Amino acid sequence: MKQPLVQWIEDTHKRSDIEFPPVGAQVRVNYRIREGEKERVQAFEGLVIRRHDSPKHMGATFTVRKISQGFGVERIFPFQSPLIESIKVLRLGRVRRAKLYYLRKLRGKKARLREK
Amino acid sequence: MIHGMLGRKIGMTQIFTETGERIPVTVVEAGPVTVVQVKTLEIDGYESVQVGYDPITKEKKINSPMRGHFKDVPPTRVLREFSVENIAEVSVGQTFDLTIFSVGERVNVAGTSKGKGFQGVMKRHNFKGGPGAHGSRHHRQPGSIGNSTTPGKVFRGKKMAGQMGNKRVTVRNLEIAKVLPEKNILLIRGGIPSHNGALVEILKAPTPTP
Repeated sequence: MKQPLVQWIEDTHKRSDIEFPPVGAQVRVNYRIREGEKERVQAFEGLVIRRHDSPKHMGATFTVRKISQGFGVERIFPFQSPLIESIKVLRLGRVRRAKLYYLRKLRGKKARLREK
Repeated sequence: MIHGMLGRKIGMTQIFTETGERIPVTVVEAGPVTVVQVKTLEIDGYESVQVGYDPITKEKKINSPMRGHFKDVPPTRVLREFSVENIAEVSVGQTFDLTIFSVGERVNVAGTSKGKGFQGVMKRHNFKGGPGAHGSRHHRQPGSIGNSTTPGKVFRGKKMAGQMGNKRVTVRNLEIAKVLPEKNILLIRGGIPSHNGALVEILKAPTPTP
């Protein structure tokens, strides 16, 4: 339980325009990045394999995994970050655990999830 | 303008900057403070302002010496003195709130650090201690504390085991991350001493001479 005033601060600063993606979802995260002076949006598409902390808290993060050129790539996004422009949920997977770390060892057909 | 403010540490959280940087902040509920006494050069020998924080509402909590001291102002639990920019502009009964602070300003914060009790030298002074095994029988001890017949004493100030924490600590040059004067809330970047709920003094950091 947090101090009510701390929670109030977090409530006034947290983002209400985006949803915390569920574990097992295939998502596309549009993330603003700076290249020198220019700012552009970079998309990162993959599977949510971990959620950390409650979306009510400022420390909440989620991890998106994808296979890029044969290598597994994981990216941890701070959920409350103003740099996240949007999170699009493309598919929901049926999962039976909260952290999908077992997918790291699997390749190809075995690394699939049943759809919800 | 007064050079300090009184408040209570509420706890810590994080906020994001516009550039997406996550910064750790301490939430402090601070002010308003009321001027209880103005100390002048003629009467007191120095210039300063005594302010009160945290008003007492229960009538029976106010004893008669307090009644005298708080003659013209509401009685408070905490009294502290701060310096002010211009003593002539301050009068008893005047209040100051968090509008005296602005974002990006540097402050020093003083509070009572969390008490750790009687601690050994490894925790208290970061001594290395002895080897854990191989029969050294010298695990968390301080080792030698001095020399021989010369000087024949242990030097004053030698770091030894003892009470750790629960003393006044000032952390300097902290940045103000956000000010919410209407809610009497201040967000200070980084950690500050004291337990949650404990009194802290927030002082304007002296501006560095160029």
